[in-house]
Amino acid sequence: MEYKVQIRINGKQINMDKVNTILELIQDKGLNIDRIVVEYNHQILSKEKLAYTFIKDGDNIEIVSFVGGG
Amino acid sequence: MKDVLNIGGREFLNRLLVGTGKFPDKRLVKDVLEAAQTELVTVALRRVDIDSEQENILDYIPKDCLIMSNTSGARNADEAVRIARLAKACGCGNWIKIEVISDNKYLLPDNVETLKATEILTKEGFIVLPYMNPDLTIARQLVEAGAAAVMPLGAPIGSNRGFKTEEIVKIMVKEISVPVIVDAGLGVPSDAAKCMEMGCDAVLVNTAIATANDPVKMAKAFDLAVKAGRMAYISGAGASFEQANASSPLTGFLREEMQVK
Repeated sequence: MEYKVQIRINGKQINMDKVNTILELIQDKGLNIDRIVVEYNHQILSKEKLAYTFIKDGDNIEIVSFVGGG
Repeated sequence: MKDVLNIGGREFLNRLLVGTGKFPDKRLVKDVLEAAQTELVTVALRRVDIDSEQENILDYIPKDCLIMSNTSGARNADEAVRIARLAKACGCGNWIKIEVISDNKYLLPDNVETLKATEILTKEGFIVLPYMNPDLTIARQLVEAGAAAVMPLGAPIGSNRGFKTEEIVKIMVKEISVPVIVDAGLGVPSDAAKCMEMGCDAVLVNTAIATANDPVKMAKAFDLAVKAGRMAYISGAGASFEQANASSPLTGFLREEMQVK
């Protein structure tokens, strides 16, 4: 049986069918790992940790990157 | 001798800083930055839209430009610190423009929270450039807290209103030991020239360039104005007088001398 988790990504509630690592989530969304930073439950996650951090129920994930600004 | 601008131990030859927001097409950014010959550009940090592929602003910034993130979106010191740490983790260095704004109508910065954020971030090793309401006392406190420069506004952000804070900025230029960079509100190149003539160390321009009909040409115009203003400042302007002061000799006129009766 597939395990379902409910997490929050960038402020939006999302239900995921399967438990992944953060790295898998990023790759699944087609994001460039060199251009983003992930905040995992209010802690900045280093790039090395992305592959070892498993998404679990209730996680709060922020994925940010640079945009044009003054 | 080279006229070098030193901010936080780094040397710049160009005194026009350019913001990368509001450009209708990101491809313009590269041409604009090259036309402006800028060495320091600002970016912002935002949530990624994970459901649609996005171009990244970094792809349009020339490699030799120093990138400085702002903390726009921060409403207090804690939020600014959080954004600064995330920006640093993005891997573009430790330069941060602190922008703390809780007023959505005029987008005027909160000097008190800006000072708090400056104190925290300089201790963490950031090169901090705070955006501020022009104020000598706060500027001194920012310098004491380790700010690498201070960035008083010329007019509200994005207003293109010009250099409206001249009198206070003039005092800051005289009294503040770190570079004074006029940021926000400058609308046309003559505004930038005015800042530079007065002795400001640099200006930061975004909206005036991004919303011009021809942003690339306007970037060049700002570059020339900043250079002209700086050169005028270095040259030392002559005194000004209420009455006329003839430029040509007042002797040897081709006319009969007036008879004294």
